Amino acid sequence: MDNSRRNFFRVLAGLGLSASLGGTSIARADGGLLPGYPNQFGVLVDTTVCIGCRRCEWACKEWNKLPDQMDLKEYEKDQSVFQDVRRTHANTYTVVNRFENPRDSSKPIFVKKQCMHCYEPGCASSCFVKAFTKRPIGPVTYDASLCVGCRYCMAACPFDIPAYQYDNPWTPEVTKCTFCFDRISKEGGIPACVSICPVETMTFGKRTDLIDLAHKKIMDNPGRYVNHVYGETEVGGTSWMYLSAVPFDKIGFRTDLGTTPIPTLSKPFLSLVSPVFIVVPALAMGMYSFKKRRDEIEKDEIKKALEKKEGK
Amino acid sequence: MESTPATMKLESSWMRDKIFLGMTWGDYVRSNFTKFNAVVALILLVGIPVILYRIIFGLGPSTNLSDNNPWGIWIGFDMLCGVALAAGGFVIGTAVHIFGMKEYGFLFRPAVLTGFLGYLFAIIALTFDLGRYYRLPYPMFVSWGVSSVLFLVAWHVALYLSCQFVEWCPAIFEWLNMKKARKIFIKATLGATIFGVCLSMLHQSALGSIFLLMPEKLHPLWYSEYIPLFFFMSAVVGGIAMTIIESSASHKIFSHQIKVHDPEHLNRVTLGLGKAASVTLFAYFFMKMIGLAHGDTWSYLDTPYGYLYLVEVFGFVLLPAMIFMYAVQNNLAGWVRGCAIYTVFGIILNRLDHSIIAYNWHLAWKDRYFPSWMEVVLTITVVTIGILTFQWIMNRMPILYEHPDYEPEEH
Ligand code: SF4
Ligand code: SF4
Ligand code: SF4
Repeated sequence: MDNSRRNFFRVLAGLGLSASLGGTSIARADGGLLPGYPNQFGVLVDTTVCIGCRRCEWACKEWNKLPDQMDLKEYEKDQSVFQDVRRTHANTYTVVNRFENPRDSSKPIFVKKQCMHCYEPGCASSCFVKAFTKRPIGPVTYDASLCVGCRYCMAACPFDIPAYQYDNPWTPEVTKCTFCFDRISKEGGIPACVSICPVETMTFGKRTDLIDLAHKKIMDNPGRYVNHVYGETEVGGTSWMYLSAVPFDKIGFRTDLGTTPIPTLSKPFLSLVSPVFIVVPALAMGMYSFKKRRDEIEKDEIKKALEKKEGK
Repeated sequence: MESTPATMKLESSWMRDKIFLGMTWGDYVRSNFTKFNAVVALILLVGIPVILYRIIFGLGPSTNLSDNNPWGIWIGFDMLCGVALAAGGFVIGTAVHIFGMKEYGFLFRPAVLTGFLGYLFAIIALTFDLGRYYRLPYPMFVSWGVSSVLFLVAWHVALYLSCQFVEWCPAIFEWLNMKKARKIFIKATLGATIFGVCLSMLHQSALGSIFLLMPEKLHPLWYSEYIPLFFFMSAVVGGIAMTIIESSASHKIFSHQIKVHDPEHLNRVTLGLGKAASVTLFAYFFMKMIGLAHGDTWSYLDTPYGYLYLVEVFGFVLLPAMIFMYAVQNNLAGWVRGCAIYTVFGIILNRLDHSIIAYNWHLAWKDRYFPSWMEVVLTITVVTIGILTFQWIMNRMPILYEHPDYEPEEH
C-alpha cells in the first residue's frame, strides 16, 4: 500500500496536478493489524458446530421486528431455503446457508452470515452523510434519519451486506445487522441470535479474548479446523470472526479481500484536495499574468512600430 | 384581470421578442410543428409517465437494481458519462481564459452552456436514482461525511455548477439587455474559471476514486490506484471531443445566427482541437499501460474481460489517437469530427465498463445487472429534455455570435 501510494503521488506530481507531494504526511491508520478499540466486542462463529436450525434467523427477525416472520416451528421446518445460497435482504439481517462438505458429503456445513462489523468499515467511509457509526464497543450502526439513499455503502461493503428497501417508494432504508447494539450496550446483554443458538455455535465476548480463544481451539484440535481465523485480519479486522473445517472459499467467504482496511484506499486521493486548491489557482494566476504581460508588450511594440512609421 | 392596452402591448412585445423569437403567439406555435418536435413529443409521452411511475412506486418496480447491484445506468451512464462528456466548459475555459488561446474564444460560450446543462441534467437524472431524493441537500447542510469521496463529488459538482452559471450569465444578461449585471459577471468570469478548474480536476478524478473502495468488485484490469488520473484524463478527452461535435453541429444547425460564417476558421479550430485530443489520448494510453504494468494484471488479458479491455484501450484510445494525428497532419477536419464521435463512444464504454460491465464480475451470471426498459426510457427522456433546453437557449441568447450591442469580452 505504502509503496503504491508513493507512486500515485509521484504520477500526480509529475503531471503538475500537485507540487511535490511525495513527502506529505497523511494520517496513517493503515497497516496490517489494527488494535481496534480495546474493549470492542465480537462474536466467534464456529461453523463446525452449527446444525442449520435457523433459529438465529428467527430470533433476529423477532428482536428487530422484521416482516415475514413465521412461527418458530414452521421456520425450523422450512428446509427449502437451503437450495440457493442466500444473501442478506431488507427483511432478513442474517441468513444461514448450506454448503457441501468436501470431507464428508453426508454432513453439510452451515454458515451464518450477517454484517461483520468491520473495524474500519467500508460502508461508513463511503457514506457522504455519515449515516454509519463505528461504536467503540464494536457495532457499526446505521441512522436512517440521515440516509439519502445513494446506496454507495452497499457498493463499498466488501462482504455484500447492506440491503435496500427497494419496494419502499418514499422512505426506503438501508438495512443490516445491528449487532443488537441496543442489547449489548447494556451490562451483560448478548445478541438475540447468539442467545437462542441451541448448540452454542457463537461465542460473544471481547474481541481480543475471542482471537485468543479461536487460536487456542485451532491449536487444541488441529484436525478439526483449518489454521485461519476469518475476520482476524480481513480488511483490517472485523468484529465477527469465523472458524472452519474447510478452506473458507469453499463455504462462501471471499479469501481475496486482503488486509488493507477499505477506507484507507481512498485516503490518498482525499488528501489531494487542499493542495489542489492552493497550487492550481497559483499556477493559473501565474499563467494568466504571464499571458497578459505578453499581450501588453505585443501591443506596445505594435504601437511603437506604428508611431515610427508615421513619424518618419 | 383587466390590463390596460398600453401594458398589454409592452408585455406582449417583450414576450414576442424574448420568448417567441419575434413571432406572434400563433406563428410561434405553428413554427413548432416540426418532425424533430414530433419525435420529442413521442419520447416525452412515454418518458414522463415512467418518471411518475418511478416516483410513486419506487426503485424496486421501475428498475432492475438489486442488493448485489445497487447502481445501474442512472449512475453508470447519466452520471459518469454525463459529467465526463460535459468537461468541455472546463477544458475550453482553461485554454481561453488561462492560457490565452484567443482563437478558441468563440467556443467558450457554447462549451460553457453545454457543460452547465450536462451537469444540471446529470444531477436531475441522479435524483431519480436516490432513494430519498428530497434529501439531496443533506450532504451540504445536514451532515458532512467528509471521509467519503462522494461527499467531495457532491460538493464539487454543486459548486462547479454555480461556476458555470456565472460563466454563462453574461449571455443571459445580454439577452435580457441588462448592461450593468453583464459587466459584473464578465469580470467574475476569470475567477469562476480558475475556481472551476480546481473543482473540475478534483471531481472528475473523484468520480473515478469512487471505485477505489471496491477492489473486490471491480475487475482487476480496471481497478487501479491510478483510476482518479485515468478518469481525469479521459474526461479532458471527452470535453474536447464533445466540443468538436457540438461546435460543428451547432454551426450547421444554427448557421443562420452567425453573420460571417467562416467554415475555414471553424475547420482550423477543429483541427487544433483534434491535435489536443490526439496528444491527450496518447498520454492517456501510456498511463493505461503503466497502470497495467503497475497492477501486474497481464495474466487477465487472455480472458473475455481481457479482450474487452484490449478493445477499449487499443480500439478506443490508441486508434482514435492515431486517427486524430493523421487527420491533423493531412488537414482533414471532417475526419476529426468523425473521430470525435467515435472517441465519445469509447468514453461511454469506459465508464460503463467501470460501473456495470466489469463491475461485480465475480457474481454468477443470474445475479448480474441489466437495465430495465424503464431505466433506459428515463435516461432517454432526461437527455431529450436536456437537448430541448439547449435548443431553446441557443435560439434566444447570444451563444454562438457576438451580441451586436456589446463589444467582445476582453480579459
Ligand atoms: S461488513 Fe459491510 S456493512 Fe458490515 S461493517 Fe463491514 S463494511 Fe459495513
Ligand atoms: S445509502 Fe444512505 S447510508 Fe448508504 S451511503 Fe448513501 S446516504 Fe449513506
Ligand atoms: S446480532 Fe442481532 S441484528 Fe445481528 S444478526 Fe444477530 S440478532 Fe440479528
